[in-house]
Amino acid sequence: MFPASFQYHRAASVKDALGMLQQFGDDAKLLSGGHSLLPMMKLRLAQPTHLVDIAGVAELSGVREEGGKIVIGGATIHDNVASNQIVRNKLGLLAEVASAIGDIQVRNRGTIGGSLAHSDPAADYPAGVLALEGEIKLESSSGSRVVKAQDFFVDLLTTAIKPGEILTGVSFTPHPARTGFAYLKHRQPASGFAIVGIAAMVTLDAKGNCERVRVGVTGLGAKAFRPAAVESALAGKKPDTGAIGTAAAHAADGIDPLSDIHASADFRSELARVYTRRAIQQAIARIKT
Amino acid sequence: MAAGIVPKFVGSRVKRREDPRLISGNGTYVDDIKLPGMLAAVMLRSPYGHAKINSIDVEAAKKLPGVVAVLTGEDIRGKLPTLITAAPAQNVPYHPALAQDRVRFVGEAVAVAVAIDQYTAQDALDLIEVDYDPLPVITDPEKALEADAPVIHEQFGNNISTRAEVKSGEIDRAMREADRIIKFRLVNQRLAPVPMEPRGAVAQWNPGSEYLTLWSSTQGPHLLRSYLAEVLKLPEHRMRVIAPEVGGGFGCKLNVYAEEVMTAYLAMLLNKPVKWIERRRENLATTTHGRDLITYIEAPVKNDGTILGLKARFICDMGAYLQLLTPMVPGFAGMMMTGCYKVPAMAFEQLMVFTNKMAPDAYRGAGRPEACFIAERTMDMIALELNLDPAEIRRKNFIPKEAFPAQIASGLIYDSGDYEPALDLALKHIDYPKVRAEQAEGRKHGRYIGIGICSYVEICGIGPSPMLPPSMKGGGWESATIRMEPDSKVTVLTGVSPHGQGQETSFAQLVADELGIGIDDVTVVHGDTAIVQYGTGTFGSRGTSVGGAALMMAVQKLQAKMKKIASTMMEVPPDQLTFNNGTIAMASDLTKSIPLQRVVDASYGHKHPIPGIEPGLNEAGFYEPTACTFPFGTHACVVEVDADTGVVKFLRYVAVDDCGRIINPLLVEGQVHGGIAQGIAQALYEEVIYDENGQLLTATLMDYAVPKAEMLPHYELDSTVTPSPINPLGVKGVGEAGTIGSTPCVVSGVLDALKPFGIKNLDMPLKPEKIWRAIQAARKA
Ligand SMILES: Cc1cc2nc3c(=O)[nH]c(=O)nc-3n(C[C@H](O)[C@H](O)[C@H](O)COP(=O)(O)OP(=O)(O)OC[C@H]3O[C@@H](n4cnc5c(N)ncnc54)[C@H](O)[C@@H]3O)c2cc1C
Repeated sequence: MFPASFQYHRAASVKDALGMLQQFGDDAKLLSGGHSLLPMMKLRLAQPTHLVDIAGVAELSGVREEGGKIVIGGATIHDNVASNQIVRNKLGLLAEVASAIGDIQVRNRGTIGGSLAHSDPAADYPAGVLALEGEIKLESSSGSRVVKAQDFFVDLLTTAIKPGEILTGVSFTPHPARTGFAYLKHRQPASGFAIVGIAAMVTLDAKGNCERVRVGVTGLGAKAFRPAAVESALAGKKPDTGAIGTAAAHAADGIDPLSDIHASADFRSELARVYTRRAIQQAIARIKT
Repeated sequence: MAAGIVPKFVGSRVKRREDPRLISGNGTYVDDIKLPGMLAAVMLRSPYGHAKINSIDVEAAKKLPGVVAVLTGEDIRGKLPTLITAAPAQNVPYHPALAQDRVRFVGEAVAVAVAIDQYTAQDALDLIEVDYDPLPVITDPEKALEADAPVIHEQFGNNISTRAEVKSGEIDRAMREADRIIKFRLVNQRLAPVPMEPRGAVAQWNPGSEYLTLWSSTQGPHLLRSYLAEVLKLPEHRMRVIAPEVGGGFGCKLNVYAEEVMTAYLAMLLNKPVKWIERRRENLATTTHGRDLITYIEAPVKNDGTILGLKARFICDMGAYLQLLTPMVPGFAGMMMTGCYKVPAMAFEQLMVFTNKMAPDAYRGAGRPEACFIAERTMDMIALELNLDPAEIRRKNFIPKEAFPAQIASGLIYDSGDYEPALDLALKHIDYPKVRAEQAEGRKHGRYIGIGICSYVEICGIGPSPMLPPSMKGGGWESATIRMEPDSKVTVLTGVSPHGQGQETSFAQLVADELGIGIDDVTVVHGDTAIVQYGTGTFGSRGTSVGGAALMMAVQKLQAKMKKIASTMMEVPPDQLTFNNGTIAMASDLTKSIPLQRVVDASYGHKHPIPGIEPGLNEAGFYEPTACTFPFGTHACVVEVDADTGVVKFLRYVAVDDCGRIINPLLVEGQVHGGIAQGIAQALYEEVIYDENGQLLTATLMDYAVPKAEMLPHYELDSTVTPSPINPLGVKGVGEAGTIGSTPCVVSGVLDALKPFGIKNLDMPLKPEKIWRAIQAARKA
């Protein structure tokens, strides 16, 4: 598989990369881990004439704590998120999601910024970032803005990123006390991507009722989403088996499910319901009281 | 190793001697071959399943800087003949290396661009304009038989390549006398072999000596040379075919492909070395597939579970053209479909049907996985129908130990066998009564555990030459040369062409033991027609049983000659001598010996010639087997089905294999592991899917589900040993056993888990959705 010819540029900094994006305009594409972009180029489905490589930009990589938030740099590889101690201790759901991506080779190249920007309907990160209500930072040569996860995913392979913008980081609030989480994934047997992936995070109040339930669903529809009806059905409720089952039954409500050779729309919807139930149950079972 | 100690190598776990170079990146595969001035060829492939080619415009492509040539079907018409089918078929279509007039499957080569590198060649393809008129497509072989189906090769009037019937024993009487006839339909879905290394070829033509050298990732370099000689009209002594490291074959590299022919043709045409390397998408679309067999089965049985006969109708999907052995594979399935059971009568009808798909051909097991699937599903169906235990129904119908050598209804003669001990051992390993109790208990609580059993027998060591199609080049025999070099180290040239099987190790073990030398004193060379004497190649688990036997013949000749020389030197009759620990010694007193090196010196130095003995130590053996070998065994598994999602989880997987005498347990286990993985893949995951327009929906590894380690169980292996009387080594073959035994085993286990739902049969692969749907339907009913 041979891509069409292109020019390769290695960016030294975010500023440098932004400058090149401005200079080359529509002919340029950012290259991060390359694990989504390069396969498309090899099939000649994408034929950018300039690649601006941000994988080596130091300021885009790594995990830091900042004003009570945890910030993941846009070019941080999946494995660094999965194995980072801060993330594992304070943002366990994200570590669990990151470790469910692909295989070790993929996790050693693919980046959070690339994954979110590409917004594959079967990608894992979007489910976690939605459930965690992450905030996505976008920078351009004219300034920067923050987009909430809820507003970031627009449609199939489409996000709120505008031409000339770089996703420089995602910030999260650490898990509060009495919180449990789980990421459950039904893998597509060939690609390993999610046929359905459910990220669930549950915080209980002092009485053991649901204070906050957040669910992110990937794989089911054209874009990842939060099933509002599931979350609200449990709010304030005692999370017994019946209540969880009733709530999870809404996991696919209002979604136009994808269908392919690996899973039909009906089966995907059913998987979403079953895995939502199981993920919430598992999240609750993991809460340390 | 301490001086003076030479261990017995045969039977011990000697590590593969091929591995250090392979895992350290020092192997040379076709793509590693780089020749000065070498050009790259890339194929333009049909995007349509069926279309008329109106015109092809290559002018723009030819003008692209760096492009050397662009050829279409018109450029080779009349210059290159049809590609070859060696197996008998009634309607054999014309099969050009580049499509002419029509394309008949997605991926068929339409044009080739040759350029200074692959990038430029690929750019050239983007500039070729082909004007197609799409034609109606047919991908379902049963629909292809309907009267109004589009005809793929108009000259035949319909889509039937071959109709053949085999009948043996009193099948009609069996049908009459049965208490009941169990009828069902089985599908062996289409699979892609997916070797780690795709195909590839490099060709070099020397116009001065009119000599062609071709490197190809092939399983049979000599066969390939013979066929290419015919297609290219070259004499075989002016051709050298080299199989360098070959990264997996599984049958799909035992062929003569359009690309091999074109690469050689282009090198000759352009007087430049040419390389063609298959990409993964091409590999999935245009390397032969496997299986794709629909069977309608009728099994006459007595109410006590005795099977009286087996009748089957085969619908064999042949794809659009016939590759080398395409029409031969289903026949193997028919001949072996009665499995390890006493089935006095059988009949099968084969309908080989053209469709707008790639041709299937041999794929790991080539007919025996299909056969075993028929036999074992039949046993399970009988057990289900008569409410008998699946293990007992097998035991009841097994060919008894006393019956061997046993002629089965199809006429084949099973060399040796003892089926019950393997079954017993497998049942013991899974603790059959206990796991049945767990199953019963689990069912009360909505836990669906299933126990799968498969007792298989298969055919290896192919085989006596008359078993191969009359028009196939080479024979069922195999060859070897052994050479003791002047320093008493040994070179073996084998006619088989191992590509993962490990004969560089096992053959060295054999030779080292026979000659009383170290294993590092032996090098095994293969895969080069200019170095190695003619051989047939590696397929059908024949490498050791046939190739090893040939080697033993050569070894014995060498031993005889060396003993004669030693005899005159030691003044002891040759028949009292033996090879021991680097010496030739008196069998009765090993201390009375002379070093091998002295015998070697006497032979090569030749200063004191012995009358009647030529100088040199070089002997060859050509071994024609008298019959095939029939390995067998029982696989058993315990699985659990998640009724909410249809997901299958393995709890146990036990394989008890009997491949005759074991030369190297490590190699056997490796073959069994890989085999089971591919067999489980058929049961649960893999499936080549074409849509009704002939588009290949599993065109990349993002959609074709080759299993990863996490999708496979932990294997628990054991063996019984029933030597084969057919060959001097007592070996049977183990390259395909795992694939053959595992598919029915897993299907049996999953269906056993689904028994409470009343689900009797489901077509492979048993994907979660299929299982879930069946459960949903059962719950509604
Ligand atoms: C074999 C394989 C298996 C995989 N399995 C999984 C899986 O199970 N789950 C899963 O979620 N993913 C999976 N992936 C995808 C993987 O996670 C990718 O790495 C990821 O989707 C893209 O990240 P990247 O850094 O490689 O992006 P790239 O491929 O470099 O870029 C992707 C796109 O995003 C743009 N982009 C990149 N970085 C930025 C940025 N900082 N700001 C703005 N735009 C940017 C690029 O221009 C491009 O359009 C798999 C990939 C492969 C090859």
